[in-house]
Amino acid sequence: MQDSKVPTTKQATPSQTKSESIARSVASGHGVNNDNSGNLWWKKRFRPGEFLIEKSIAAIAFLSFAFITLIFIFVFREALPIFSSTPQKTTVEGTQSVQETYGDESSTSEMQKQVDERKKSVDNSEEGTATAANLIGGTWQPVSAKPKYGMLPIVVGSLKVTVVSLIFGAPIAILAALFTAAFAPKWSKEILKPAIEVLAGIPSVVIGFFALVALATFLQKTFGFEYRLNAFVGGIALSLAVIPIIYTITEDSLSRVPKVMTEASLALGASKWQTALFVVLPAASPGIFAGVLLGIGRAFGETMIVLMATGNASMLSANLFEPVRTMSATIGAEMGEVVFGDTHYTVLFFIGTILFLFTFCLNAIAEIFIRQRLMKRFEGL
Amino acid sequence: MKSLKHKLLGFSVPFLAGVCAFLIVLVVFIVIGEIVFGGWSTLSWEFLSTGPKEGMTEGGIYPAIIGTFLLVVIMSVAGVPVGTVTAIYLSEYASHRSYLARAIRFAVNTLAGVPAIVFGLFGLGFFIQFVGTGMDTFLSGGTDLKWGQPNILWASLTMALLTLPVVIVSVEEAIKAVPRELREASLALGATKWETIRKVVLPNSVTGILTGGILAVSRGAGEVAPILFTGAAYFLPHLPGGLTDQFMELGYHVYIMSTQSPDVEATRGIQYATTLVLLVLTFTLNFSAIFLRYKIRTRTIR
Repeated sequence: MQDSKVPTTKQATPSQTKSESIARSVASGHGVNNDNSGNLWWKKRFRPGEFLIEKSIAAIAFLSFAFITLIFIFVFREALPIFSSTPQKTTVEGTQSVQETYGDESSTSEMQKQVDERKKSVDNSEEGTATAANLIGGTWQPVSAKPKYGMLPIVVGSLKVTVVSLIFGAPIAILAALFTAAFAPKWSKEILKPAIEVLAGIPSVVIGFFALVALATFLQKTFGFEYRLNAFVGGIALSLAVIPIIYTITEDSLSRVPKVMTEASLALGASKWQTALFVVLPAASPGIFAGVLLGIGRAFGETMIVLMATGNASMLSANLFEPVRTMSATIGAEMGEVVFGDTHYTVLFFIGTILFLFTFCLNAIAEIFIRQRLMKRFEGL
Repeated sequence: MKSLKHKLLGFSVPFLAGVCAFLIVLVVFIVIGEIVFGGWSTLSWEFLSTGPKEGMTEGGIYPAIIGTFLLVVIMSVAGVPVGTVTAIYLSEYASHRSYLARAIRFAVNTLAGVPAIVFGLFGLGFFIQFVGTGMDTFLSGGTDLKWGQPNILWASLTMALLTLPVVIVSVEEAIKAVPRELREASLALGATKWETIRKVVLPNSVTGILTGGILAVSRGAGEVAPILFTGAAYFLPHLPGGLTDQFMELGYHVYIMSTQSPDVEATRGIQYATTLVLLVLTFTLNFSAIFLRYKIRTRTIR
């Protein structure tokens, strides 16, 4: 393959001019001529050493593909028992503890009703096991006599935190990128870009710590939240992790907008801000959308920040100012204490599978948007 | 009438964008300032060189620093060669149209996007439960639990996997920056492809490999989620002595001290100072990587 640059002239049929063949060799670049050398292999001296080295390099390079497959297989494999487990009768049914009333006789009947209700739910739907039906439930209570694996609260928790982080992060990042691309004087670019790099380089555990000790207290004092740590605080902290991603991709696609377009707009009499807002921004919109998608993926999968800043209580509510527990934080907080092969263990791996698949799809869609929509739009300009 | 609206928007659009840009810079300064001012007073030589005392309420973070160091060293030993070879394959051998190269590129992109916690799950499910338990069964018939539990080796390998895309991307960039003429000169002199790579391409992209390694170390030192249940420990009286030992780690120390320690308020100083050490570590690494990358780029222009 190493003589791929040389044979282009040898190979060129008489009909081809020399310049054509040179252009071809330049266009195809080095190492891209597999298709050309394919019919030349018998002319080339076979070197066993070279062959072995090439194959072993390819084998090592293949490792990353092998590992992504393994990640999927192993995370999914540990989650598999959920789908196959047959519902077993829970043993806690009969041992339903008699609720103590501590002298408050008036509430006894109400308590009794609650106990009855709970018994009924046990009889009907074996909540102790994690069948697919039970995973949709509204209570996440994995460590108790009668574990409940209703994933609704933690899914909603993830969504709440992600939405907050995007509401704050996305506009700031997009506008800041627009600023660098369209308005910024040179000196401010030289401050903003390193600042973004620094922000991207801050470990997530540091952002989590900052949110836990400083941001949460500050926000509580300012807005008077009932809970110091809540979904809102977690979302704001998470936006610090999301901003660099959205900024970088938006800035990249804004700077890819061909100069012809902005110049045409300016020549037609549009002002600088009109061009930025009505020409550059819409032209780069697929890229911006991709950036937001990647931001969602990051926010959804981020563990340490939400683990430290959201309060970690699995409550099911629409209130943004209550503590939440997200999917990733649930894995992070609970995986350390579960028994291997337990239902709880399986359910946590199931959550991991969902996280993996979700971010995978988001990344794939973002890739399509950048590569197909954005690049096609600017083709020929 | 139009002109007023025009003027208003013409002022407010750039202004708003500028405010957002300023806000980001401000936030960066606030975060760093908070950590620096909070941790400065606790930071001392003693803090860096002694272990935790009095049930973690006093003393330093020496074991966590050593643990982090060992983690990133083992991680680099495992990850950087694989990343470098993958980058060589992608830029020197593979054709853009080959299915293998496309599959590898796809895998690298996907690896870069997988949430850190999923790597942790993978480390637990694959390295500990599958490979580790398998090794135990093979070596000792499963009687004693040696490899099939969280330890520094599995944590490092998990982290190596997480940082693999970082290495690949920056090595590939460096290899691409090696001028084509150099390769062609070498090939024209009769060197084989591998000889060219080994003696011309690789020596010219050493800085890139170094950059990739540094960025990977910086990333690895900062991530906590993958090691939560693959090897990090809350407190250990001794330093890790072998690959099967657990270890303390800076980021994990910050997390555990600020959320799970018995008296969170009393150890605030330690928490801030540990965070500061972690921050200084990652920033030093990142800045040296940026500097090296800058050197590579200027060299290509020349």
